[in-house]
Amino acid sequence: MISDTLVMLRRNLLRIVHTPQLLVFSTIQPVLFVLLFRYVFGGSIKLPGVNYVDYLLPGIMVQTTMFAGGQTAIGLAEDSKSGLLDRFRSLPMARSAVLFGRTMSDSVRGLFVALLMIAVGIVVGFRFHNGLLPAVGGIAVAVLFGFAIAWFFAFMGLSLRDPETAQVASFLPIFPLVFASSVFVRTDSLPSWLAAFARNQPISKIANAVRVLMQGHPRMARLGISESAGVLFLQSVAWMAVIVAVFAPLAVRKYRRG
Amino acid sequence: MPLIIEATGVAKAFGATKALAGVDLSVPEGSIVGLLGPNGAGKTTLVRVIATLLKPDAGQVRVAGHDALTDPHAVRTVIGLAGQFAAVDESLTGRENVEIVGRLYQLSKAEARKRAAEVLERLKLTEAADRSVRTYSGGMRRRLDLGASLIGRARVLILDEPTTGLDPATRNDLWDFMHDMVREGTTILLTTQYMEEADMLADSIVVIDRGKEIAKGTSDQLKERLGGDVLDIKVKNPADLVRVAELLRPLGKPQIAERTGRVTVAVKDRVAGLLLAANAIQDAAIELDDLGVHRPSLDDVFLTLTGHDAAESEAIAAPRPGRAGRRGKAA
Repeated sequence: MISDTLVMLRRNLLRIVHTPQLLVFSTIQPVLFVLLFRYVFGGSIKLPGVNYVDYLLPGIMVQTTMFAGGQTAIGLAEDSKSGLLDRFRSLPMARSAVLFGRTMSDSVRGLFVALLMIAVGIVVGFRFHNGLLPAVGGIAVAVLFGFAIAWFFAFMGLSLRDPETAQVASFLPIFPLVFASSVFVRTDSLPSWLAAFARNQPISKIANAVRVLMQGHPRMARLGISESAGVLFLQSVAWMAVIVAVFAPLAVRKYRRG
Repeated sequence: MPLIIEATGVAKAFGATKALAGVDLSVPEGSIVGLLGPNGAGKTTLVRVIATLLKPDAGQVRVAGHDALTDPHAVRTVIGLAGQFAAVDESLTGRENVEIVGRLYQLSKAEARKRAAEVLERLKLTEAADRSVRTYSGGMRRRLDLGASLIGRARVLILDEPTTGLDPATRNDLWDFMHDMVREGTTILLTTQYMEEADMLADSIVVIDRGKEIAKGTSDQLKERLGGDVLDIKVKNPADLVRVAELLRPLGKPQIAERTGRVTVAVKDRVAGLLLAANAIQDAAIELDDLGVHRPSLDDVFLTLTGHDAAESEAIAAPRPGRAGRRGKAA
């Protein structure tokens, strides 16, 4: 199973290498988000004692994993429609390797995009204020969340089987989860009923975990993020575990049945 | 010869549509068996069941001694599948495509590389091997798809309409290629809509329609059942169809296809049949669009075996606008 997964991982990475334009455009998008929010909204969003870009960038890293998930759904719907999945299903290989290869290669791409965004962020004023090791931990949380949520999107792509439908459908979960969250603004600025949802949904938890790891708890506590890095980290891991535990078996089952 | 594929009583329904209504299929090792039928007859469904992609509602399937229902993994080690659409990865090169499938057949890295080179050479893709598949023509994609199904040294090749949509030259190449494969001991199960293809390739033919087997045998046996070649008359005025059929009765059992304005009848002696028909029709002063004799086509097989033509069956099974005009016309 491991060797099949590695073969599929290699295949997907080769695809990325051979289709550099896709990588370029899927990188430009988050970079644009960083620049737009930094310069368009950044002026009017004032945070006590914290640079908005320091707050923003970890959020956009998590948002990017959601958009990348949309590509997972589209890619698998394409493979299903073109008959490639049938070919794999007719081969004497592990049933889960196609999907593991996909979610893993998407994570590799996610890591690449995350590092690039940090580089661009640093150019426009972003800084780590909590030391290198926690910052690396923050990047790891964002990338691992990308791996977990890719299973949800894989299930979606396999269920829909049509790339265009998958593209439209993937926005449905993305928008409410990304915008009604702490990704761009602090949740205590939202109306109370919305704030209750925004504070507790997984995207906010992950974004806050990445933030606290990168910027340190004291700074983020000023913005109403009361949980410590450890608590947020555990909550994030719990959410990821739940997402994978629910959607990985569903996706593999969908794949098996074709 | 021992049977390498044994399917019995295979049934599969999709909702209310019965795609397969209890089909048997036996494929002797080292032979080519052609599964002949119109669109929507159930060919692809049967092939997908045998290739372990689909679980049937009822029936048994054994491939090379392995049970496809209880041990699909073992079946997958001995089959190579090329589906109706070339399942190749656009963004990879031809060589990468084939090598990856080789690795998934559990070949070692070195072996996959070596076999990929052999397979590409064999399918005349060596020159294009390191180009992106995006630059390939339709025929090259098909060949690459076939190459991928060969790399694991499959004992049974399962090819779903391997030549549909190909130009005649490429199609002839593929036919030669399949003959070579069988000479080397591979077994081939292929589906086709063309009597001509089944005739050229298959040692035995199974005709299916609406999820049921309606005839089987060698190409000669099927033609025997048809009673020889086909005398085909197209009338100018549909009102004359019945009169023409009456005139042809001395030759055999004429079949009327109202939709196309044709009357066909199987004839043992081409020349005598043609003369008799031409004279009788001239005496009756009936105007014709066309009059000729040809080898039996899928339509003729259908007309004789089922009393309706293939396109009608197609229309019932899968109503698709604009498809009815395309007929399986054979030389």
